[in-house]
Amino acid sequence: MPPASTSASRQLLPVIPLAALFFAAFVLPLAALVAISLFRTPQFAELSLVQYLRFFADPFSVKVLTDTLWLGAEVALATLILAYPLALVYVASGAFMRTSITFLIMLPLLTSTVVRTFAWIVILGRDGIVNSAMLSLGLWQAPARLLYTWEGMVLALTQIQLPLMALPVINSVLRLDGNLMRAAEGLGASRTRIFFTVILPLTLPGAIAGWLLVFAAAATAFITQTLVGGGRIILMPSYIYQQAVGVQDWPFSAALSLIFTLAVTGIVFAIGALSRRYVRGVDAA
Amino acid sequence: MSDARGHSLDLSGIGHAFGATVALDEINLAVAAGELIALLGPSGCGKTTMLQIIAGFLRPSKGEVRFDGARVEHIPANRRRIGMVFQNYALFPHLTVFENVAYGLRARKTPKAEVTAKVEQMLGLAQMAAFARRLPGELSGGQQQRVALARALAIDPGLVLLDEPFSALDKNLRLDMQIEIKSLLKTFGVTSVIVTHDQEEALSMADRIVVLNKGRIEQIDSPDALYDRPTSLFISSFIGHTNLLRGVVTETDRVKLDSGPEIDLGRSVQRWRGTPVTLSVRPENIELGASERPGAIPVTIRATVPLGAVSVTEGVTANGEAVKISQARAATSARAATGSTAWLSITDTSRVSVFSTPVADSSNNQHRSI
Repeated sequence: MPPASTSASRQLLPVIPLAALFFAAFVLPLAALVAISLFRTPQFAELSLVQYLRFFADPFSVKVLTDTLWLGAEVALATLILAYPLALVYVASGAFMRTSITFLIMLPLLTSTVVRTFAWIVILGRDGIVNSAMLSLGLWQAPARLLYTWEGMVLALTQIQLPLMALPVINSVLRLDGNLMRAAEGLGASRTRIFFTVILPLTLPGAIAGWLLVFAAAATAFITQTLVGGGRIILMPSYIYQQAVGVQDWPFSAALSLIFTLAVTGIVFAIGALSRRYVRGVDAA
Repeated sequence: MSDARGHSLDLSGIGHAFGATVALDEINLAVAAGELIALLGPSGCGKTTMLQIIAGFLRPSKGEVRFDGARVEHIPANRRRIGMVFQNYALFPHLTVFENVAYGLRARKTPKAEVTAKVEQMLGLAQMAAFARRLPGELSGGQQQRVALARALAIDPGLVLLDEPFSALDKNLRLDMQIEIKSLLKTFGVTSVIVTHDQEEALSMADRIVVLNKGRIEQIDSPDALYDRPTSLFISSFIGHTNLLRGVVTETDRVKLDSGPEIDLGRSVQRWRGTPVTLSVRPENIELGASERPGAIPVTIRATVPLGAVSVTEGVTANGEAVKISQARAATSARAATGSTAWLSITDTSRVSVFSTPVADSSNNQHRSI
């Protein structure tokens, strides 16, 4: 073996354990998934692309996919709208407030998804905090249905995924040169104008990074979707689970998984590429 | 376009404190319309606070700010019609040169055709017309500064504030830009305030210089007056280079220097006999002689440094005071050898400033320069 390649392979030595784990736990299952999806029947007979055709020919399945992607987009947008005011307050605050805000943002990350989701069930349930409060104040005549609704699910996911958006957005706003805002103000711009013409465009890479993280996390959030959305709302993660575990149709659920994975990563890459192309004068995140 | 279109600016009794720290105290300053003023002082002297108060980013704890006689403390920065040029230029990195210059006009909802015409005019004046579609990141420091000034002037400001505008530029480019920007500001007739810690910048740009020290105004004067007639020891060592020589008053017009000779100043020093004083003598006001003369100070030559047009020689007096002598270079062809003894005499005693020696100041080697 030539000496150069010896040293190169020595350099790669420390990566081998991780690479092996990645291969065994990710590449192999993915390959298995691809293989399984190519069978025509749940009994693994006959290779064909029929599972994919079945998906795209079935308006119900396509609707489940678009609903799921839409949920991710909606939650990501909601966290984005909440993250900016938070970031602006953060930047304007002193050291103590900053620490407190950081702690409050990180707090949800320190508890399990299941716990956070059950908290939302307690809040939104028929006898939950919101309903009891509104009823006892006499503002509502009958308990409203909050749990097992689309809006309830968006609300819970927005709270749960907010840290993924808030951290990159705060980081981008922090890195802005304060003189840019002062320059805009001196030139006569109102606060709203400064936000839309200076702060937003210059922090777009952070916002896009956060949007993509939340989008992917919310679209694939099996536990929260299932517990807060309930059985009525069928989205891709529960659909896959139902086809695999309930119907025992492994080839179809494998195809669903791959289509879903490709759709989410496709959107992530497309938006990443678009932002690199159209966001100018700012370091891409 | 040469009429003064700027505001007059009046500051009276301005004071500002950050918590317990007093940043500015009893600031009184009247700036005439079209005048170019420099706020000069070491870092922490309060000049940036003063700029922020004028700009409206900061409300003074006390005192009044007037533009053309009308009080403006309650008017927010975005309605003061002030053009600002920042140290790092603060150009919007995501907007083209054209869009940067147009920003203030668009914020004022100026009609589109008018915006285009005004921006083109400004870019023409700043010699940046060819770069209209570039992003700031694609420009050199000098070009960015031209754009920053064009952006500030595009809104027809009554007042332009420049915060350390040249400190990010190469030394070679600095003087060129100073001349160019001074002439642009004068063409516009706009009242301008430059904040700087660099005395050369203040001397080359300003009609009058306001020297700030520890939150107070030390002196307001023209560059020449500040250099020739400093009113305090601080100013004499802050503006230009100087030599501080200690002595004691012996007669109304005579000072016996600690380094030996008695100097006849040719005028009354207006202090009692026996008062310790410090004389400030500019390096170019000293002659270097090879032989002993009456009234000459003996020094040991430490080094001679050629600085282009002049050469600077440093000597040390018998009592340890370092003295710099600046001479036209031809004169130093017969250069004093390092380690040799030479005799210094003051060329023009009328240009020597006399200050009482600060009581607390006990060190005897007080040569300071910026």
